[in-house]
Amino acid sequence: MTEAITREVFDHLVNLAALQLSEEQAEYLRKQLNNQLKAINELAAILIDADVPISLHGVPFEAAASAKPREDVWQKYEDAAEILKQAPQIEDGYIVVPDIPHTELK
Amino acid sequence: MEPCDLNALDLTLLLRKKEISAVEIVDSCLKRVADVDGRPGALESGDLTARDKEKVHAFITLTDKYARAQAAQIDRAINAGEDPGALAGVPFTVKDIFCVKDTPSTAASKILANFVAPYTATPVKRMQEAGAIMLGKVNLDEFTYGSSNESSAYQPSPRNPWKTDRVPGGSSGGSTASVAAGEAPLSLGTDTAGSIRQPAAFCGVVGVKPTYGRVSRYGLIAFASSLDCPGPVARSVKDAAAMLQVIAGADAHDATATPLPVPDYLEGIEDGVKGMRIGLSPDYFRITYPDPVTGELLSQALPTEIELAVHQAAEKLASLGAEIIEDVPMANTRFGIPAYFVISRVEAASNLHRYDGVKYGHRSNVSTSDLKAMYKHTRHEGFGLQPKLRILMGMYVSAAQYSEQYYRRALQVRTLIRRDFEAAFDPQGRHRLDALLTPTTPTTAFEMAAVYGDSVLMQYADQLTVPANHAGVPGLSLPGGLDDNGLPIGIQLLGADYTEKTLFRIGRAYEMATENEEWRKAKPQVLREAA
Repeated sequence: MTEAITREVFDHLVNLAALQLSEEQAEYLRKQLNNQLKAINELAAILIDADVPISLHGVPFEAAASAKPREDVWQKYEDAAEILKQAPQIEDGYIVVPDIPHTELK
Repeated sequence: MEPCDLNALDLTLLLRKKEISAVEIVDSCLKRVADVDGRPGALESGDLTARDKEKVHAFITLTDKYARAQAAQIDRAINAGEDPGALAGVPFTVKDIFCVKDTPSTAASKILANFVAPYTATPVKRMQEAGAIMLGKVNLDEFTYGSSNESSAYQPSPRNPWKTDRVPGGSSGGSTASVAAGEAPLSLGTDTAGSIRQPAAFCGVVGVKPTYGRVSRYGLIAFASSLDCPGPVARSVKDAAAMLQVIAGADAHDATATPLPVPDYLEGIEDGVKGMRIGLSPDYFRITYPDPVTGELLSQALPTEIELAVHQAAEKLASLGAEIIEDVPMANTRFGIPAYFVISRVEAASNLHRYDGVKYGHRSNVSTSDLKAMYKHTRHEGFGLQPKLRILMGMYVSAAQYSEQYYRRALQVRTLIRRDFEAAFDPQGRHRLDALLTPTTPTTAFEMAAVYGDSVLMQYADQLTVPANHAGVPGLSLPGGLDDNGLPIGIQLLGADYTEKTLFRIGRAYEMATENEEWRKAKPQVLREAA
């Protein structure tokens, strides 16, 4: 059986996912992905009527069982410095990152 | 019996009668940890020694100083005549997937190794407000991605207290191992495909996956947001019920936490099962799995011991007055894993994009002047193989050209799985079940390294638990005997939305009816050796 996830498709996914892999990891992961896809392909064999709706969650969110959205009101967070402290690099209350690359739109 | 081996509710009674202090309880648990746990999981762990292989290794972070200080506070409150809370003085462990203020919250991943949570998850906060004492954070599969705990970046990974060459299951394996080994009577875990119930079955303890929305997910580091459920791990059904009582309920921080009132789970818990309709389904007694070499789908019956344990439980419940309804069709059970491979990966890939080395967590030291290169270096160094695998699969099956074929179809299959449960529990339907009784797992605890590395076979360990996550319905796993190797067998009760109270009542009836059976007297290996 031909592999659905070829090396070319795989490398594209790796780039989109902002990952970087050693050759050994890449081979292992690509093999596992193709094996998983075989298991997933079992779904194709199920007879499903076209009118079966999708379920994004199991329990229906009926009005009585759902939380009401809270008021859209600005609330001050008392200790922003505590949150910022977790950032790897900060300066004057700003998070510092390397340059954002510029891409010319085609 | 040491205080650490007592159940949570027994401890609260002794504490209120001042027959024991909270400090004594905590000291007893910490002594057990010192006796059986071995070294905690760490990033730079070196090789395993022979001694390591005999220990439990449930913990990543032990918060012993904090626990002793909180215990002293509870003792002061009791001596001052104040109400110390429903679970006062009861130690509990927390799966390290929950944020707890001022403690490392790692998700068992290198990418969060230096993350110290700035706030506390709602279920943990509710336990603390009820007077329960957090002993520490326990190990799991990295980001919960696994069924054995072996994928943790923090090694040694937990081992099964019943036989330390076996896995504890996963991903809440640190939680269930800590409870089974008597390190704490309670633990807080999470269940996305069976991650509380499967390790509970492997470790011979009680595990609850509540109805989706019954317990807030605020402060839980997300895997698959439409499936994740925080829930209790305990050594008895009543303790699990008491813990769910504390952690359940609406939460302004989680819009999916339902405002429906939380019933009193302990009220009537010993009223028995007379007149209840409990179902058995042939679809839970066969497993389908791909051949590890050829990928061909194989179907086989469950091991006899597991099947027998469930049938004996059914007979026991029948002798107590329950009506057993056989041949309940749950035809879509076998599609739970293929659908899960799609849905959970799409949600995981989305949730994992936030780990970029910018706001918190690990950032690569590789010098670069390009933000995108920094992302790549950071994610390469920080994520283990399992998160990488989930991100890649999630992106593949949700890509525009494949999403109709895979993602949309998986969501339709989710509807079919939900309909199986709706039909079985429909009060006007053919079966009108109060609960479905099934095995929790297709096997008992497997050997360390026996499955790890084969991501497909590992996922199939959740075959009998994942349908409840797709459907959102509650599930309770409880000990149902031992196999020929002396390893625990788990039996599972599944119910309609928000029927945890019914499941507890059935579970408690079974527990009482079997309390004098020989297998109940058996103790895990690490406790026999400690004695």
